[in-house]
Amino acid sequence: MNSFSLDNLQSLTWFFPEIAITVGVIAVIIWDLISAGLNRIRGIVVITLASLLTSGFLSLAYLMRQLAGLTPSMSLFGGLLAFDPFSHLFRMLFAFVAAIVIVFASPSSETGAGTRKRRGAGEFFTLLLIITLGLNLMVMSRNLLMIYLSLEVVSVISFVMAGFKIDNRKSAEGALKYVIFGGMASGIMLYGMSWLFGISQSLDIGEIGNQIAMATAQNGRVPLVILLGVVCMLGGLGYKISAAPFHMWTPDVYEGAPTSITAFLSVGPKAAGFAVLIRFFEEGVKATTHYDGRLTPWAMIAGLIAMATMTVGNFTALHQSNIKRMLAFSSIAHAGYMLLGFCVFDQQGKQAIMFYLLTYALMNLGAFLVVAAVAERNGGNEDIATYNGLGSRSPVLAIMMAIFLFSLTGLPPFAGFIGKFYIFASLLHVGGRWNWILATVGVLNSVVSLFYYARVVRAMYLTKPDDKRALTVRVSWGTTIVALAVPTLALGIYWAPIYDFMTASLLIGR
Amino acid sequence: MISIPLEHYLVVAAVIFAIGACGFLARRNALVALMSIELMLNAVNVTLVAFNRWHGDNHTGQMFAFFIIAVAAAEAAVGLAIVLALFRLKKSVRTDTADLLKN
Repeated sequence: MNSFSLDNLQSLTWFFPEIAITVGVIAVIIWDLISAGLNRIRGIVVITLASLLTSGFLSLAYLMRQLAGLTPSMSLFGGLLAFDPFSHLFRMLFAFVAAIVIVFASPSSETGAGTRKRRGAGEFFTLLLIITLGLNLMVMSRNLLMIYLSLEVVSVISFVMAGFKIDNRKSAEGALKYVIFGGMASGIMLYGMSWLFGISQSLDIGEIGNQIAMATAQNGRVPLVILLGVVCMLGGLGYKISAAPFHMWTPDVYEGAPTSITAFLSVGPKAAGFAVLIRFFEEGVKATTHYDGRLTPWAMIAGLIAMATMTVGNFTALHQSNIKRMLAFSSIAHAGYMLLGFCVFDQQGKQAIMFYLLTYALMNLGAFLVVAAVAERNGGNEDIATYNGLGSRSPVLAIMMAIFLFSLTGLPPFAGFIGKFYIFASLLHVGGRWNWILATVGVLNSVVSLFYYARVVRAMYLTKPDDKRALTVRVSWGTTIVALAVPTLALGIYWAPIYDFMTASLLIGR
Repeated sequence: MISIPLEHYLVVAAVIFAIGACGFLARRNALVALMSIELMLNAVNVTLVAFNRWHGDNHTGQMFAFFIIAVAAAEAAVGLAIVLALFRLKKSVRTDTADLLKN
């Protein structure tokens, strides 16, 4: 696919977004040691935001260079990492998500940043930056070893972050489940990798793809051992995106972790997991929906996982009383919708997922921010009952929450509707009985999801408040919430420029 | 020199992997779960090294195994720290007593 790869020294020129984050990590550690008091936390926030923005804008600059045809797509570090528009788009998304989460976390007492002693604030921001670095490497990986290492960077640090509220039992329990399931999932994934290595004698996913294509052509179908290896890999990646058989950790971790981390985990690692999944199936498996006129096992497996993920997520979300837990199940359901776009293994599905991830990042971050704002004024209580009468207690906040929830449901005229529309369109574009079944299940699931999202909206507007006092929100959080709600609405009405930009970017990587 | 064929290594690795998986599913002690994961990872190492020995033109597989060992150590360190944090709050390392979070 890519004609040439650069050696280590040459690659550094095209590695600046990651270098910016690395410098940020070191700077935060040093600043944390030499400063004290309020200056400390302010300095840390400024450094982290600066390094993230630098990283995001450098990725944008690379993307623009590639769009202008100045730089071809290539492999960095002797074929370990990819340099292509696909990874630039994701790196911009991660910089954006991490920056929002930092604004979100800086005054919060859960992260240690908002308390008097500011215990652990330095660690929190350092770890957040390192996760972002890991996410960047994940979307660029083009080698099994690199996929494993970047995935583990993200996983191990996510474990620490999930248990960040050190004297909270829920947080420790969530983190324990995360570690144990994470270890299991990476063990299964590695077993799959070891077999793929055994068959193809290479860790490079392009080379593996050639071997798989050759073996498939020889046998007329996918050999069993390759099927086993790829399914094992799906296990590890499915864990990251919280797909159906590997979703058990999600609600516990999301409920136990500090809300800012929950917001981050529900967007960042999920997006990176999808990026690895798409790259691996495109370059490493060279998957198609049909082979010799028959449905391939890949389309079948991905479709089954997608259906199971959506259904489990939506139906379990129906009877949750804790809002964070409900949003956790809703995020599982959203992973299912995105997997629908993955099932078709083509350019249109890839664009649909990319666009969906952007809208999902906006609305999900927004919803979790509102949760954090409401929980803070209710003594950390996250029950849906605390939303009773929010429409009169804090009208603006309630409107914002309603926008996010309706967008998550996929109602027009919000961004979530357009995202879902493109996902279903990509399925029907390929057509065939299987894809029609998948699309139908997806639409029915969207209808089910309306029930639990509407429950919160009903609580906000139709139930009388237990506590009639007005609910105030921090200025920084209020601004961020509005800043996320505006594009959620705007992208639902006028999305064409963003969608066309993504399409153009993804096409030139070919 | 009598050399052991590749299949033997692969079977041993598969058996170790299965033991690890069964231990993970059957036991309710967080420490045993972490040990089972370690078994599974070592099964992967055996498979990688065996395949590499069989192909033999480079050391990619061995190198991968070293990375796995290093990362597994990091993961175990974090895992044990979390088990310790939970033990301080609950005085137990059994996963079935960690039941505060439920559907």
